[in-house]
Amino acid sequence: MLSLADVTVARGGLPVLEGVSFDVGAGQALVLRGPNGIGKTTLLRAIAGLQPVLAGTIAHDEDAVAYGAHSDGLKAQLSVRENLQFWADVYGGGDVEQALHDMNMADLQSRPAAQLSAGQKRRLGLARLLVTGRPIWVLDEPTVSLDKFSVNLFADRVRTHLASGGAAVLATHIDLGLSEARELDLAPFKAVPPTEEAFDEAFL
Amino acid sequence: MKALLIRDLRLAIRAGGGFGLGLSFFLILVTLVPFGVGPDAEVLARIAPGILWVGSLLACLLSLDRIFALDFEDGSLDLLATAPLPMEGTVSIKALAHWLTTGLPLVVIAPLLGLLLNLPLQAYPWMILSLLAGTPALSVIGTFGAALTVGVKRGGLLLSLLVLPLYMPTLIFGAETVRRGAEGLPTTTPLLMVAGITMGCVALMPFASAAAIRVGLKGQ
Amino acid sequence: MSLWEYANPRKFMALSGTVLPWVTGLAAVLCCVGVVWGFFFTPDDFRMGSTVKIIYIHVPSAMMAINIWVMMLITSLIWLVRRHHVSALASKAAAPIGLIMTVIALATGAIWGKPMWGTYWAWDPRLTSFLILFLFYLGYMALWEAIENKDTAADLTAVLCLVGSVFALLSRYAVRFWNQGLHQGTSVPVATGERTVADVFFVPLAISMVGFGVLFLALVLQRTRTEVRARRLQALQARERMG
Repeated sequence: MLSLADVTVARGGLPVLEGVSFDVGAGQALVLRGPNGIGKTTLLRAIAGLQPVLAGTIAHDEDAVAYGAHSDGLKAQLSVRENLQFWADVYGGGDVEQALHDMNMADLQSRPAAQLSAGQKRRLGLARLLVTGRPIWVLDEPTVSLDKFSVNLFADRVRTHLASGGAAVLATHIDLGLSEARELDLAPFKAVPPTEEAFDEAFL
Repeated sequence: MKALLIRDLRLAIRAGGGFGLGLSFFLILVTLVPFGVGPDAEVLARIAPGILWVGSLLACLLSLDRIFALDFEDGSLDLLATAPLPMEGTVSIKALAHWLTTGLPLVVIAPLLGLLLNLPLQAYPWMILSLLAGTPALSVIGTFGAALTVGVKRGGLLLSLLVLPLYMPTLIFGAETVRRGAEGLPTTTPLLMVAGITMGCVALMPFASAAAIRVGLKGQ
Repeated sequence: MSLWEYANPRKFMALSGTVLPWVTGLAAVLCCVGVVWGFFFTPDDFRMGSTVKIIYIHVPSAMMAINIWVMMLITSLIWLVRRHHVSALASKAAAPIGLIMTVIALATGAIWGKPMWGTYWAWDPRLTSFLILFLFYLGYMALWEAIENKDTAADLTAVLCLVGSVFALLSRYAVRFWNQGLHQGTSVPVATGERTVADVFFVPLAISMVGFGVLFLALVLQRTRTEVRARRLQALQARERMG
C-alpha cells in the first residue's frame, strides 16, 4: 500500500535521513525507531505529503494517508463532538458515534475541548483517525500522554484497523504491544555530511 | 468545504473568537475622528467617505493574523493540508469566513457611523455598494498576506506591512466612489473598478495563497 | 555552453570576481562624468535656473528604482521556475539598492519640488507611486528577514514579488485616476523617439543614467557575492553540526 524507495528527507535544508526504503502492505504495521532528532517526524511529514523528498520516491494511493501529528488540531471552543464531526465532514463523513464509542469518549462528547485533560485530547485526536476512513495511518508519537489503559485501547484500534485491511506507520518510543508490527531502526539511515562537490549547487 | 466554513464561523462567534473586535475598532476609530479634527459638520462631511473606508480597512487588517495563525499553532493546518480539500478551496473558504465575520458586519454598521460623521444623504447607497463590492477583496488579499506569514512568530506587524500596499488600489477606488457619490458626480467607473478588483482577487489570489501555505508548511 | 551555467554558485563567484573591479571602475567613471558634466558644464535652464541640474541624479535614480523591481521580478521568476539559488540571492541583494534608489528619487524630487512647485511633497500620482514602491521594497525585505528557512523565504518573497508587481501596476493606474498631478511628463520618452530635453542636457543625462545602471550592476554583484558567501557559511556550519 505504501512503498518508499531510497528516500532522502531534509529538515531546514539539511538532509537528515538518506536511502530509506520500506514497503507496508495491507494489514501491516511498521514502527519507526530512533533517537530524538534522527528525522522521524520529517519522514512522516514527507509520507503525509507535507514535505518534499530530496531524493527517492514515496508511492501510495492518492488520498490514502491519514496523518496524526504531535498536536491534535483541536479547537478549544468547540465540543468534543463538534471537533470530531468537523473532521468527519472534511474527510467525507465517517461514523462519529462509532469513533466516540471506540475511543471511549462517548461520555465526554458535549464537553468543550478546552476542558479535556491532555490524555483525553490525545484520544480525541486519535478518534479523528477513525472518522477519516483512510487506509494508511501515519502517526507521530501517538501515545504521548496516554495512560496504560488508553494505550491498550489505542493498540486495539490499530489492530482492528489492520484487520480490516488498513496499514499503519508509527513513530513511537514505547512498546505498544503490537507484536505483529515490524520495527525499523532509522539510525543506519542517518545522512552523511555532503562532499564539497555536492555542496556546490544546492548549498545543501 | 461547508464544514470548514461552519467551523470557522462558529469559532469566530464563540468566546475568544474575536468576532466584534473589528466592529468595535471601527466604532472607536470613527468616534475618535471628530475629537481629532473638530466638530465642524462640513469638515466631517468632507472627510467622511475617506474615514469610513480607511476605518473598514484597518478593522479588516486587525483580524487578519487569526486566519491561519491559530490553525497553524494547534496543528489543524497540517491536517487540513492532508485532507481531501484542495488548498485553494481551503484558503477561499477561510477568506469567505473572514469576510462574513468582519467585512459584512462592517458594511452593516457603516451607515450608522456615516450618521455620526454627517455623511451627505446621497452618498449612502454608494458607500454601502462600494463597501459591499470592496470588502471581499480586502479579505482575500488579507488571506494572502496571512498565508505568507503563516510560519512567522508574531507576524502581525509584518502582515500589516505586506498587506497595506496591496490594499491601496481597493481603497482608492472605494473611497473615490463614495466621495463622488457625496458630491453627486458619476460613480460608475470607480465602482466598477472596485468590483473588478474584487472579482480578480477572488479568482486569482487563492492560487497564490495556497502556494504560500504549501511553501510555509514545507519549511517547518 | 549555456548561460545557465553561471547560475552555478562557483561559476558565478569566479566570473563575478573577475568582472567586478572593472564594473566598479566603469560605474565610478560614468557616474562622475555624467554628474560633473551635468552639474558644472551645462547651461542653466531659462525657466528653472540651476535647479534643473538635480535631474542628473533624480532621473537616473528614479529609473533605477523601477528597473530594479523589474529585475527582482525576473530573478524571482527564474528562482521559481529553475530553482537557481544565485537568482534568489540576487533578488535579495537587489532589494536594498532599489530601496535606496527610491529614497534618493523621492528626496531629490522633494528638494526640487520646493523651488518648482512651492512644496516638498504633493500627492501627485508619480510621487505617490514611488511612495507605494518604497513600501513594497520595505515589505519584501522584511519578509526575507522574518523567515528562518532561507529556501522558504526565497519562495515566499518570490510569490510576494509576483503578486506585488500586479498590485503595483494596479496602484499606478489607481493613483493616476485619483489625482491628475503636477509632475511633468517623462523627460526621456524612449518609445516615441522625440526628446523633450535639449541635447546639451541630454548627453550628460544619458551618461549619468548608464552610470547609475552600471553602478547598480556593481553593487548587486558585490551584494550577491556576499549573500552567496553567507549562505555557504551557513551550509558549512550546518555540516559541522551533522558531525
